[in-house]
Amino acid sequence: MEISPFVIFLAAIFTSNILLTNFLGMCSFLSVSREVESSLGLGMAVFFVMTFTTAINYIIYNLILVPLNIVYLQYIIFIIVIAAFVQLIEMLIERFSPVLYYTLGIFLPLITVNCAILGASLFMIIRQYNFLQSVLYGAGSGLGWLLAILALAGIRQRVRYNYVPTGLQGAGLSLIITGIMALGFIGFSGVVVIQ
Amino acid sequence: MTKKEIFLSSAFTENSVWKQILGICSALAVTNLMSNSMVMGLGVIFTLALSGFTISLLREYIPKRIRMMVQTLIIASYVIVVDLFLRAFYPDMSEALGPYVGLIITNCIIMGRAEAFAGKNRPVDSLIDGIGAGFGYTLVLLLISTVRELFGFGSLLGREILGDWWTRWSIMVMAPSAFFMLAILIWIIEGPLQRKKLNKG
Repeated sequence: MEISPFVIFLAAIFTSNILLTNFLGMCSFLSVSREVESSLGLGMAVFFVMTFTTAINYIIYNLILVPLNIVYLQYIIFIIVIAAFVQLIEMLIERFSPVLYYTLGIFLPLITVNCAILGASLFMIIRQYNFLQSVLYGAGSGLGWLLAILALAGIRQRVRYNYVPTGLQGAGLSLIITGIMALGFIGFSGVVVIQ
Repeated sequence: MTKKEIFLSSAFTENSVWKQILGICSALAVTNLMSNSMVMGLGVIFTLALSGFTISLLREYIPKRIRMMVQTLIIASYVIVVDLFLRAFYPDMSEALGPYVGLIITNCIIMGRAEAFAGKNRPVDSLIDGIGAGFGYTLVLLLISTVRELFGFGSLLGREILGDWWTRWSIMVMAPSAFFMLAILIWIIEGPLQRKKLNKG
């Protein structure tokens, strides 16, 4: 069955949010979500890198790996593409826009090991999306991730000065907030369905 | 440190999941069934131990500037071994875990141990450290998945335990409960430790 790319885009943001239903990108999600500004920076970087790497990986997978029958090398190839792309973007931004480099730059190295980026590429292969579907899936997942980290950062800023049981301070509380957010996102599940 | 101390410290006192909050992604994703968690845990132990060993062997020769890239490639090679093994011998399991096998590459525990331990210590110590950290990780996965499978499916390791009278808690199978269970686990383990520290200080 052919799913419209636009449906995939919406579903990737809301119903199958890569963070809240597939649990990808949790490490940086928990550690960077202290402030809204830095979350926005990281979220934008993830959105940007994810959109482009799914596109590049799709092309490489279908034009190089499949014809040569070396699909089992996909993990290594994908991670190299992601790392190289991040490095390239870092150099370009540093060269052309120092302002952007100071806001986004520090997050770029973190992204290479963000599992959401690799995860999006792997999901696109497993679910057998075509090119347009893959690109919109990558963009949607990136936006969904941005949305989730912004929401968590906003909530964490508000609860910062409230009383929290000792053992729950820090990661424990963030996990519970994320769980409640995930519960909320289940409410979208009637709207669009993929998978 | 003796070998036993290395193992105990990386498995319990410095446990990657509840002490350092690393490797959460897969800890949440594969814990709806015990069998999934067990296979995932074994895969991570294998990758952690051998990549730690290899990175430690090569630590003198890897240029500092590109060490992250080299480490990632070493880790990726071992993950490919795990993936091909699962596909060849346990195709059902490989399907159930889906992309999460490949995502062992970006599991922060492995990178974390490579940076914090294998890059500075001898190969055999790194091997033991890897097994210890992997063991601690598997323990967390099994604890969470036991609760989730028992309440969500009424079974343990695929075997019926609770019978028909038990109403399945479908929330336990869904994503939010994974977040809640991990938070509760961290609370139970870290709470007393942190209170003790507060009382002392």
